[in-house]
Amino acid sequence: MGDRVMGDDGTVSLTDNSLIVDISDALSEKDKVKFTVHTRTTLKNFNKPEFHVVRQHEEFIWLHDRYEENPVYAGYIIPPPPPRPNFDASREKLQRLGEGEGTMTKEEFNKMKQELEAYEFPEYLATFKKTVAMHEVFLTRLASHVMFREDEHLHVFLEFDQDLCARPRGRFQQFGGFVKSLGSTTDQYYLNVTVRDVHDFFEKQMNSLTEYHGKLKEGTVKTDKMTEKHKEVADSYIKISGGLVQLANIDPGPLDKYLMKVADGFEKARKLESRVASDEDLKLADTLRYYMRDSQAAMALLVRRLKCLATYEAANRALERARQKNKDIHAAEKAQTEACERFDSISTQAKEELLDFKTRRLHAFRKSLIELAELEIKHARTQQDLFKKSLQNLQELM
Amino acid sequence: MADSVEPPPLFENVDMKREEAEDDDLFESAVQSQPSANLCLEEDGHDLLNGDSDIGEEIDKLMLNDKSEMENVPINNQSTIATPTMEEVEAEGGDQFIEITITEPQKVGDGMGAYMAYRVLTHTNMPFFKKREFAVMRRFSDFLGLHDKLTEKYLKVGRIIPPAPEKNVIGKAKIKMAQSEQAGNGSDFIERRRAALERYLRRTSQHPVLIVDPDFREFLECDIELPKATNTSALSGAGVMRFINKVGETVNKITYKMEETDPWFENKLVHVEGLENQLRKLHYNVEAMVSYRKELANLTNGVSRSAAMLSVCEDHNLLSRALSQLADTEEKVEAVHMEQANTDFYILCEMLKDYLGLLGSVRDAFHERTKMFQLWQHSQQMLTKKREAKAKLELQGRTDKVDQAGVEVIEWEAKVERSQESFDRISKMIKLEMDRFEKCRIQDFKVTFIKYLENHMEHQAQLVKYWDDFLPEAKAIA
Repeated sequence: MGDRVMGDDGTVSLTDNSLIVDISDALSEKDKVKFTVHTRTTLKNFNKPEFHVVRQHEEFIWLHDRYEENPVYAGYIIPPPPPRPNFDASREKLQRLGEGEGTMTKEEFNKMKQELEAYEFPEYLATFKKTVAMHEVFLTRLASHVMFREDEHLHVFLEFDQDLCARPRGRFQQFGGFVKSLGSTTDQYYLNVTVRDVHDFFEKQMNSLTEYHGKLKEGTVKTDKMTEKHKEVADSYIKISGGLVQLANIDPGPLDKYLMKVADGFEKARKLESRVASDEDLKLADTLRYYMRDSQAAMALLVRRLKCLATYEAANRALERARQKNKDIHAAEKAQTEACERFDSISTQAKEELLDFKTRRLHAFRKSLIELAELEIKHARTQQDLFKKSLQNLQELM
Repeated sequence: MADSVEPPPLFENVDMKREEAEDDDLFESAVQSQPSANLCLEEDGHDLLNGDSDIGEEIDKLMLNDKSEMENVPINNQSTIATPTMEEVEAEGGDQFIEITITEPQKVGDGMGAYMAYRVLTHTNMPFFKKREFAVMRRFSDFLGLHDKLTEKYLKVGRIIPPAPEKNVIGKAKIKMAQSEQAGNGSDFIERRRAALERYLRRTSQHPVLIVDPDFREFLECDIELPKATNTSALSGAGVMRFINKVGETVNKITYKMEETDPWFENKLVHVEGLENQLRKLHYNVEAMVSYRKELANLTNGVSRSAAMLSVCEDHNLLSRALSQLADTEEKVEAVHMEQANTDFYILCEMLKDYLGLLGSVRDAFHERTKMFQLWQHSQQMLTKKREAKAKLELQGRTDKVDQAGVEVIEWEAKVERSQESFDRISKMIKLEMDRFEKCRIQDFKVTFIKYLENHMEHQAQLVKYWDDFLPEAKAIA
């Protein structure tokens, strides 16, 4: 089922079942980000074919929680929510510029402005773009999923032009709390299950997912550390470049042009090295991070299934007791049948979801690793050329 | 200051023509040794090296005179070091070359008495060496001893002597304590020292006057164990004395303000100070870059291992393989980062450090000139005093003492003349040395940066290759 159709003249038009969501704009204010969520749709249950609303991060979390707590979706992997936007570091620096205008000398101010424009601002921009992308991916996954796209909470999220429920701080604790309870509840349910899990498949899945999730987490942490250090290395070039310029200034003679050229080389290399760090972050770290969250969502699914199994077990026991006492048998039978059906459906669904998860992951990794390699090659080649050119210039000055 | 000036040892084993030692009295030799340039033009470069051997006698004569500190400085001493001027030596040495390498650091002995010995290998076509290729074993204190000898001989006339590598007591202790030769920390330190010693010898050998110095040549080519330069040990009595003298010197440098007649020196000093400041900052920042890059290498290793572990628990074959290849690639990238950090350090960082030391040597030469000036001023003051004393005696009619006073006046007149000449000479010498120093510095910087960029470029090429090799693996997934 496709949302879009390519016309003969190259225009994209919607099929009569489309729901296309994107984040068309984003605004960063003091301590929050406002996303403009833009929807185009041909579905009947919306008032207009095209509209937009402004949402903040907490409202995305609200939406995620609505899916998470809905038993209808128990058998599905709920797309992990986007991470909280965090530009504190970059924003601080830019703010300093605005505030410092009065206190710094004109020279200092200009220098800081230059540095910020050349280095800090692009970083800020990159972080900003990333957070927009993550929020967008969350929505597009929902909008393209056969079940999720029908959900009324999603529709409210997309269309309702007022603020959604108040942003209760408690939600965060809840989300965090949920994750924590994941551990304890799993044990709990394992203990309650008297019948061995009929599907070995799921037990294996749970184990391997747990291990996989752990490794992904570690990989994410390590990659983050590496890219951070890489940025530090790149930034150290700035000071060296500046130092060479100052040296050239106090050393007039045959050396000063030379030193200026070397300083220039360092500055250009800095930009490239910085981009390498960013791309490693984007292609490698983010992929690991995303699948760390996704695998967590998969584990959540398996826990829900176990809950269901426990309920089924309990219903079985209740039925037995009812039969013994010869009381309320019919009700107990009904409950047991329902529990059985629910369990079966969740198991079937879960199996599909897990296979889908595998495929998704495979493609995502493939894409990211290819892009990572291509970018690494590109940047290394550019740096190579840069140095070649610098050397040529310097040889001329010899 | 003017403490124990030991006469340089006489070399029986050095194959040179020898001049007869001149038994002149003070004044004659002073007159005789006017512009050493005149002497040089007549004679072959070799003979002048004997000038050193005359000093011994001169000093002995001088020591008999006045005991007061200033006057004890053997003013003559400098004038009889008839070393060849740089112009002559450089004119001769058009296509001469010398290449010194230091290899094979070896641990000699055991326990606390152990030390590292380095093999100093020289290739040269310079005629005053006995062979074209030769090697000797030297230990660190030998290098320090050599530096001390060269400083003693040449600093006074205003030459810029390349400083010897620093001692690093902690690093050395680590070596001694190291059980095996392969101790990680130890080998870094050894390599760093080896490279520093090599640069030291190379710089010294580039100086046209120092290269022909007998002590230097002996250091390079005499395959005997040099007498242990015990007074180079940091903790020895002589070491402590040296430290005290250094402090005294520093105080002198700060407290004595010379009235500068030649603006060239003032400007140069300002320039040197400026250079020192900037180089210090630059060195600090390059050091920071080196340490960040080393950390980056370690963290890259962490990523490599994570990728390897992911590969293990990944059940899809092709993805597992790709992740394993990623782990390999990151390991190779780690090695490149490490190599680059070494480049940053050995090519760039150490050069900047060397120049900070060299600029220190420049200041030392300038300071010697200041001391000469002080000496000259002092002599003038003494002369005035003696003249006044004589005049006073004449007025008093003390004819018996007037003669003696007259003799003293003449003595001090001569001293004033000689100290002024020395001052002029050192001023000229410093200008020459600075000229050569600047040429070398500029060349050094240029060559170093080119080398640095070439290395950097090579490393980027390696990265291209590694990621290029990885790309098909990534494409092969699914």
